[in-house]
Amino acid sequence: MRVQSNPEYCLGCGLCRLYCAAAHDGYDGNLLKAFKRGTPQPRADLIVRNDKSWLNTCRHCHNAPCINACLTGALQKDDQGIVFIDSQRCVGCFTCVMVCPFGHIQPSRDSYRVVKCDLCRDQKGIPACVSFCPNGALSLTEEVETR
Amino acid sequence: MTLSLLTPAFSVGRNEERCIRCGVCVNQCINQVHHLDEDGFMWVTEKNCVGCHRCAVLCPTQALTITRFPLDFRPNQYWSADSLREIYRQAESGGVLLTGMGNPRPYRSYFDHLLLNASQVTNPSIDPLREPMELTTYLGDHSAGLSEAEKPLLKLEIPVMFSAMSYGAVSLNVQKSLARAAREMVTYWNTGEGGLHDEVKEYADCTIVQVASGRFGVSPDYLNNAAAIEIKIGQGAKPGIGGHLPAEKVSPGVAQTRMIPAWSDAISPAPHHDIYSIEDLAQLIETIKVATDFQKPVAVKVAAVHNISAIASGIVRAGADIVAIDGFRGATGAAPLRIRDNIGIPIEMAIAQVDQRLRDEGIRPKASLVSAGGIRNSADVVKILALGADAVYIGTAALVALGCHLCQTCFTGRCNWGIATTDRQLSKRLNPEIGAMRAINLLKAWEHEIKEMMGGMGINAVDSLRGNRLMLKGIGLEQHELDLLGVSPAGA
Amino acid sequence: MLKLEGDIRIPAGCAIAAVLNRSGQRFDGSTIIASIATMHKRSNGLGGGFAAYGVYPQYRDHYALHIFYDDAGAQQMCERYLMHHFRITEREPVPVRYTRKIARAPLIWRYFALPREDSLSRQQLGEEDFVAAVVMTINSDLGGAYVVSSGRNMAAFKGEGYPEDIGEFFRLEEYQAYLWTAHGRFPTNTPGWWGGAHPFTLLNWSVVHNGEISSYSTNRRYLEMYGYKISLQTDTEVIAYAFDFLMRKEGLSLEDAIDVIAAPFWSKLDRERQARLRRRYASLLLNGPFSIIVATNNGLIAVNDRIKLRPLVAASRNEYLYVASEEAAIRAVAPVLDRTWSPGGGEPVIGLLHNQEGLLEAPSTGLETNARSA
Repeated sequence: MRVQSNPEYCLGCGLCRLYCAAAHDGYDGNLLKAFKRGTPQPRADLIVRNDKSWLNTCRHCHNAPCINACLTGALQKDDQGIVFIDSQRCVGCFTCVMVCPFGHIQPSRDSYRVVKCDLCRDQKGIPACVSFCPNGALSLTEEVETR
Repeated sequence: MTLSLLTPAFSVGRNEERCIRCGVCVNQCINQVHHLDEDGFMWVTEKNCVGCHRCAVLCPTQALTITRFPLDFRPNQYWSADSLREIYRQAESGGVLLTGMGNPRPYRSYFDHLLLNASQVTNPSIDPLREPMELTTYLGDHSAGLSEAEKPLLKLEIPVMFSAMSYGAVSLNVQKSLARAAREMVTYWNTGEGGLHDEVKEYADCTIVQVASGRFGVSPDYLNNAAAIEIKIGQGAKPGIGGHLPAEKVSPGVAQTRMIPAWSDAISPAPHHDIYSIEDLAQLIETIKVATDFQKPVAVKVAAVHNISAIASGIVRAGADIVAIDGFRGATGAAPLRIRDNIGIPIEMAIAQVDQRLRDEGIRPKASLVSAGGIRNSADVVKILALGADAVYIGTAALVALGCHLCQTCFTGRCNWGIATTDRQLSKRLNPEIGAMRAINLLKAWEHEIKEMMGGMGINAVDSLRGNRLMLKGIGLEQHELDLLGVSPAGA
Repeated sequence: MLKLEGDIRIPAGCAIAAVLNRSGQRFDGSTIIASIATMHKRSNGLGGGFAAYGVYPQYRDHYALHIFYDDAGAQQMCERYLMHHFRITEREPVPVRYTRKIARAPLIWRYFALPREDSLSRQQLGEEDFVAAVVMTINSDLGGAYVVSSGRNMAAFKGEGYPEDIGEFFRLEEYQAYLWTAHGRFPTNTPGWWGGAHPFTLLNWSVVHNGEISSYSTNRRYLEMYGYKISLQTDTEVIAYAFDFLMRKEGLSLEDAIDVIAAPFWSKLDRERQARLRRRYASLLLNGPFSIIVATNNGLIAVNDRIKLRPLVAASRNEYLYVASEEAAIRAVAPVLDRTWSPGGGEPVIGLLHNQEGLLEAPSTGLETNARSA
């Protein structure tokens, strides 16, 4: 499972990133709380190239290089195939940041750990980026890349 | 010209407690109203705002409000603020005032002065949830006797079709949305005068192709790749004048579809230069029927003008199977403002008069009557059918379903909603899957409502609503208006 | 001042009944009176009437014109008009029995007449179209005169009152007919006018009807296109004209006509012809609750609207066919029956004389219509 972008209908508005940021780090989806009081950090990147734009986010690879590289076992795959990070175990070595072929995993802005897309697994629903995309350019797909 | 005397039409309000500087308003406004500088300071260029609400609708924290710019002139019943601004505009530009969409003037809307009937006691109302309720409609020439071959007819499962809107005037994604919705709901969409793009050819079974004075995109293949052909003589927003698609909207895709050079103006003449009279129209109708082997109904669309009854009678006698009449509320991508606001007559009057005239002449079964221009909701549909129309075209209502906010600046080609534009980036803003779903939802909602209203009248087939003027009563109308509409006043 | 029927449209509830002897044996009017009287409560004393077929065998070829007059002046004017167009063989008041229960009776006359040859050829119409046109002109243009019936060997008797009282008034026990239909009316206001009662007739057609046609204006405006003058503004009038148009003018079979006026739902059509009929005659679909009995000299059909919103029961016993709004009205005159049934919506009960194949003789005028040439 992963989030797929359709550049044909991506407006480049960036709402996906806003809602992504607010969906994590305990902001509970509250944009005002996240952006007025906190230091929200989106788990995905909006790429804009000429007249195309798309959301660059975790592929949740089979045989994911990040999991293989993780020293502490903080990066794991759950039974749905979602690659997620157990922050308690992350020591901030950033090996995963270096091995991710898509440049997706990022160091956290405020502590020695990394953050990444977890498909909003805590909310147990459609990821925030997908449900708030105003133009239906994002969707959840079962296709997973193998690395 | 140094100083412009024009003040902004709209004021943009930003609630600083809510604005999170996300920049969505900045990247969504093609008119560059919003700016965010490196210091995180937001400012606005209000004179650019057209009031389309794109920024306010997409703002994730509802930080934006758009209001009319609070700058009042000294009150004057005669010289309204609009009339002053229009003069300032012309004094600065020296040009014809352009506008988009339909006539917004406060002329009387007869729809709002007609009330519908319902059954009580003497007649049971019918519950559409429990009993069948039929909206199936066949458009075309019904006059062939049972021993003769039946003329080609269009079958509609809801008597609502999508008006002609050309690729060029609107984005291809609009056409894709409407075509999908038409197929799903078993009705028709109309290409307008802009040819048929390859990507919508697959919808031939629910497509009406238009032949208009510029003949853009017309070929035997075009005529045959459709369920019906419509000859456009005029449209309600601008009766008596042609069309002008400005060069900047003629993208390579539009150019290819219209069979003209890219980035050149596409001009439709005011009249068809092969139709200077009714007998010429008869020849074009015949030509098109021959070109399509008499397999498809031919419609003729005209604007509702003063002598519409005689015109419609002539059109039927010229061999048209469907007469589409576009009232003065009909919209357009671009029209001179004076023409849009001052020419034509209300569709309610036109349909009432044409229906009666065709009956008086005994030729009503020879053609179906389609009402276009200004249908806002399902009650309007029911009322115009009761006045005598067989079906309606909706254009504005369909575009509003797709996101249009009626800012009336379609002619600029910079539609923030991705509707009245051919710009690649802007066109993306209308995802045809979402567009189709919204158009389908609108028709389904209207379908339910029409059925409820029919059931209330004790009618379970739309056939029995058509021309059923006893189901209408006028309210607040003068006697001559009631007579023209063929209805009696409420209470009588 | 209350408006007369014809000035406004008045919906009504009703009782209907009919008795047919299929071998053409005639019987007197007491049977049908007894049948309709059983449904006394279904009417309110503001209208009752009967149609009788086979009542004037001695004038079999003549048009029997029954006419109501408001006064002698109207009669004089109308008779002058009639003389102009008809040779009148016999002219007499319709015999009545004055009773306390019946009031405000108009002058009631009958004429046995044949169209004048010269008048016919001048009008360039077929004989039946000619008679129909004369009847419509009298009803719409000659004030104070109203043609109650105009067929051959048939007559309509109707007026203001309960049907059984109207039957007594018109001395129906003295008439012999092989087919009787009856109607008791429950109008929703009282115009106090005899012409408003049922049956409604045109030529040999008679219609009694219980219900309200919601599609009235659609049907009416369609028929007007073909030269029908709708003077009464009653649903019944429109039904009679619809049958006349479909069967006499358009030459449709009885089956086809039923498929038009009570068309099956699109989803239930099983023959292409039904779909074709629906498309062509969409404006003649009778929509709304009704049960009707349409009769001609050849027999009757009784039919409900397509979702059966009004009652209708049929029964048979030997040569007799009975139809009524309620089974009680049939049992009252025929306690023992071979078969009783309740027809479904749009499912016709057809009763024809033994030697007849349709309600009309062979199509008289084919597909010719009154429509102006297009």
